[in-house]
Amino acid sequence: MNAVITVLGKDNVGILAKVSNECAEVGANIIEVTQSVLQGMFAMIMFVDISNCSVPFAQLVDSLTAKGDEMGVKVHIMHEDIFNAMHTI
Amino acid sequence: MINSHDILETINMIDNENLDVRTITMGISLIDCIDEDINRACDKVYDKICRYAQNLVKTGEDISKEYGIPIIHKRIAVTPIAMLAAACPTKNPVKFAQALDHAADTVGVNFVGGYSALVHKGFAPGDYALIESIPEALDITEKVCSSVNIGSTKAGINMDAVEKMGRIIRLTAERTADRDCIGAAKLVVFCNAPEDNPFMAGAFHGAGEPDCVINVGVSGPGVVRAALAKAGDCDITEIADIVKKTAFKITRTGQLVAKEASKRLSVPFGIVDLSLAPTPAIGDSVAYILEEMGLEQCGAHGTTACLALLNDAVKKGGVMASSHVGGLSGAFIPVTEDAGMIEAARSKALTLTKLEAMTAVCSVGLDMIAIPGDTSAAVISGIIADEAAIGMVNSKTTAVRLIPAIGKKSGEELNFGGLLGQGPIMDINTKSPEKFISRGGRIPAPMQSLKN
Repeated sequence: MNAVITVLGKDNVGILAKVSNECAEVGANIIEVTQSVLQGMFAMIMFVDISNCSVPFAQLVDSLTAKGDEMGVKVHIMHEDIFNAMHTI
Repeated sequence: MINSHDILETINMIDNENLDVRTITMGISLIDCIDEDINRACDKVYDKICRYAQNLVKTGEDISKEYGIPIIHKRIAVTPIAMLAAACPTKNPVKFAQALDHAADTVGVNFVGGYSALVHKGFAPGDYALIESIPEALDITEKVCSSVNIGSTKAGINMDAVEKMGRIIRLTAERTADRDCIGAAKLVVFCNAPEDNPFMAGAFHGAGEPDCVINVGVSGPGVVRAALAKAGDCDITEIADIVKKTAFKITRTGQLVAKEASKRLSVPFGIVDLSLAPTPAIGDSVAYILEEMGLEQCGAHGTTACLALLNDAVKKGGVMASSHVGGLSGAFIPVTEDAGMIEAARSKALTLTKLEAMTAVCSVGLDMIAIPGDTSAAVISGIIADEAAIGMVNSKTTAVRLIPAIGKKSGEELNFGGLLGQGPIMDINTKSPEKFISRGGRIPAPMQSLKN
């Protein structure tokens, strides 16, 4: 099962590292990352495989959201099916 | 692979445009709880609801977290209680309302619908007692919602029931006058009531429904309005296309949630209700969509046409996104629950007569409208009869949810708080329809009913 992590907010040092670290700690495998910084705004979309995740999905949502708050950025992690449902026929 | 534009669009819809799934409603049949001993029947009702719905709220919260989409309400609809009350004719059916309220508290849902009677062709055992008990039931319970179906395209309009409901609405408001007459906000009078509607206050679990079912109501007026705002100066055909595409996306989230909830709860999936249901939150308004189409304010001439287009495009977009569509499906126009409608009613751009015209082309009827406290029962019955006639002739659902603001006059306000919102008391025509209403009898079914 794949999930999509998005990080949006003001750029600062170590955002990618901290999010990746959070994923590594629970065994969420990063498959793909796209990232850009436009006029100081950081935007990252990360696809992760959470099939072997060691914690329940809800717990991962909470820990990533908290990490985002700590860094002053907005972090979402959502099951990929929501995007497939909305944007494909 | 999903592209990043689509991902960011979805997140923007949720974060900034109030996209949500409005309700997961579990329909539960109580036919097997019928018992001539009312206490035993109430115990069975309580036990069955608690057994079937024990995981409903938790499951809704889990799905919401996993998919990142807010699911606002988790609710329950049950078999019309008049059918259960029929078995214990000498007892006050209000005990059933207390059992429902208690069960709603135990499982953690915020409303339970089905304190209802279906009397469109006449009164069966249990119906009289249930209808007469509605004011007390809505006074002493918090989470119970009530509805009465008084007409249909197939049966015509039961004018005895229309007369009765004018009185019952007034009595319900009077009994809850100390709480801004909130009882009346939980009471809907229907023509052509759908049996699988997940939205309150009119939800009940029809006699043709399975033992248990999951119905989902979607929402998203803010998303539609934002899409139209981005489109700028395009022609009306393009407006309809934008609404269709947006409704498709909104409905797909509802379908996903419905399938997932059905799987996790091991309960069959019933329908997705394709509705644009507003909330009092700024930006979550159906009136704002109409204004985005080019009206100075909702209620202006042109409002009915805009609403007709919106209602139709929502259905066209939504119907392909879901495997089963049902319920009310269309745009809702509850005045006190919609920031744009509240403003329009305050400034008198939106009147009761305009709202009546609007109900001919949208999914429900005169919904959440505060009227002066001295409005007579006969006038309320007259409003119900007019609205039911629109539904009967057009083969559509219409409903009346009026709140007589006891002790208050036109121009003052009622405030229910939360999703039921607030709003001004609207002017009404006070000429009396008393003689017409007191005649009783039944308006015959129209030619439209003879389709066989």
